[in-house]
Amino acid sequence: MIRRLLRWSPLAPATVLLLLFLAGPVGYCGYLAVTDTQLTGQESASFVGLANFRHALADPEFRNAVLLTLVFTVVSALLGQNTLGLALAGLLRRASRPVRTVTGAVVITAWVLPEIVAGFLLYTFFERRGTLNAVLAWLHLPTQDWLFTLPILAVSFANVWRGTAFSMLVYSAALAEIPQEVTESAEVDGAGGLRRLWHITLPMIRRSIGTNLMLNTLQTLSVFGLIWALTRGGPGNRSQTLPVFMYDQAFVKSLIGYGTAVALLLLVVGALFSAVYLRLLREEV
Amino acid sequence: MRSGRRRRARWPLARRAVRRRAAADAALLVVAVAFAVPLAWLVLASLDERATLRVRLPAAPTLHNFSAVLTDEITFTPMLNSLLICGGATLLTVGCAALAAYPLSRFRSRFARPYLLTVLFSACLPVTAIMVPVYALFVRVDLIDTRYGTALFLAAAQLPFAVWLMKNFMDGVPAALEEAAWTDGASWFQTLLRIILPLMGPGLSVVAVYTFIMMWGNFFVPFMLLLSPEQLPASVSIFTFFGNYGAIAFGELAAFSVLYSTPVILLYILISKRLGGGFTLGGAVKG
Repeated sequence: MIRRLLRWSPLAPATVLLLLFLAGPVGYCGYLAVTDTQLTGQESASFVGLANFRHALADPEFRNAVLLTLVFTVVSALLGQNTLGLALAGLLRRASRPVRTVTGAVVITAWVLPEIVAGFLLYTFFERRGTLNAVLAWLHLPTQDWLFTLPILAVSFANVWRGTAFSMLVYSAALAEIPQEVTESAEVDGAGGLRRLWHITLPMIRRSIGTNLMLNTLQTLSVFGLIWALTRGGPGNRSQTLPVFMYDQAFVKSLIGYGTAVALLLLVVGALFSAVYLRLLREEV
Repeated sequence: MRSGRRRRARWPLARRAVRRRAAADAALLVVAVAFAVPLAWLVLASLDERATLRVRLPAAPTLHNFSAVLTDEITFTPMLNSLLICGGATLLTVGCAALAAYPLSRFRSRFARPYLLTVLFSACLPVTAIMVPVYALFVRVDLIDTRYGTALFLAAAQLPFAVWLMKNFMDGVPAALEEAAWTDGASWFQTLLRIILPLMGPGLSVVAVYTFIMMWGNFFVPFMLLLSPEQLPASVSIFTFFGNYGAIAFGELAAFSVLYSTPVILLYILISKRLGGGFTLGGAVKG
């Protein structure tokens, strides 16, 4: 028995670190969420039950944040990163070598850059006096102040720019595993490009699609720095997704308890997606 | 050779392949240009003393912006802070992950699988969501505004994924060599240090480099947990270009961003070369 415990002792440092700094805060999250803790004065905090959650459900700003988070996730993760990543992976397989190298390098560089640098780069791109408007003016198309008129779309595109490389790499690996004969025989049978995609390629990589959608969603749910650098959630609250809303409530409005309740909801959504992802993996193993 | 190509070009399938390649090339180049525009701004503005928000060729390229930001206050202190925080945290993460991966990879137990699944589950949780309670907790235990406290949290946040990757890499090392060492009377720690870790060198460096890159780019964690300006890492200090100096010096912001981004890009090239282009967080994504 002691020998068996000794055998597993190397797990101890990692387990202690995880319990103290991850499980601890998650538990503390549950505690804070049912109190009215404020940034100033720890003593005055008292138990308020589910008041924070009731407050959230009735709070139009919270509903606004949920809606914007949905838009942000659907547009940037599900439609943007996922579809563009798949398209890029498919095209990369057909392209000539130099084009493949250049495109891969550019897209991956956008992904490897630190989040805050990516935020600044896209700020200069979307800003009123920035590059996008310069290009539009050159093409004689109407220009506008993107960060003011369509802030949530601007941050969604920023997230596509930054995150597509991950999907591209996942799908490149998945497409490389489809046996050549399958595609060729379909081609000989006269199946056109779209039909091959729908009836052969997509079904064969469906597990990668599931994995990729989950990981994209989880990554997108926790984006903070990118939005902070681009718009700080503004103008007003028009690009305030849940993480930014949570930060705003906890630190700008000093409502730690309420901010934590919002954080807990975000955590629960994240946990649900995580659990689904684990299910997908288990089917595969 | 030439006649061979001409003959093949007469086959409809081959001709279609050529056309398809040209179409794919064209489409990819459009995407590549679109993705490259913001990157072009970064490089061009860093060389342009009068940089604006637009991409444009500098009238007279200079390194003036770089010499302007290469001071203790603007570059060296934040970079050193980043290095201390992320380097220390990476060492801690890799050390703990290597230790934890060993029994998980080598011994059978009915706890191993649930433990691994829990680890993988927590690797996916959005860390952003727990930062408010972490801040409150750090205020209570007096870890707030300390570099080692920030490093400890970063290490813990990155640990689940590191354990998972490390375990998968360790599974690839055959057990035969170890058994020889066991019979020679080596302890498990000696076996791990002298035999297994050297054998999984590439895997080990992937875990270390990936962990370091994630920490180096992390903005939210140091943004929340560090307050005094002299402790801030580069990811947070970059905001001083917006706050304190009134009008934003875009050229200097770009030069600083180049300096701050270069280490992670070089490190990424290092590991992607080592594993071939297809390093897709391999084990992690596919299980």
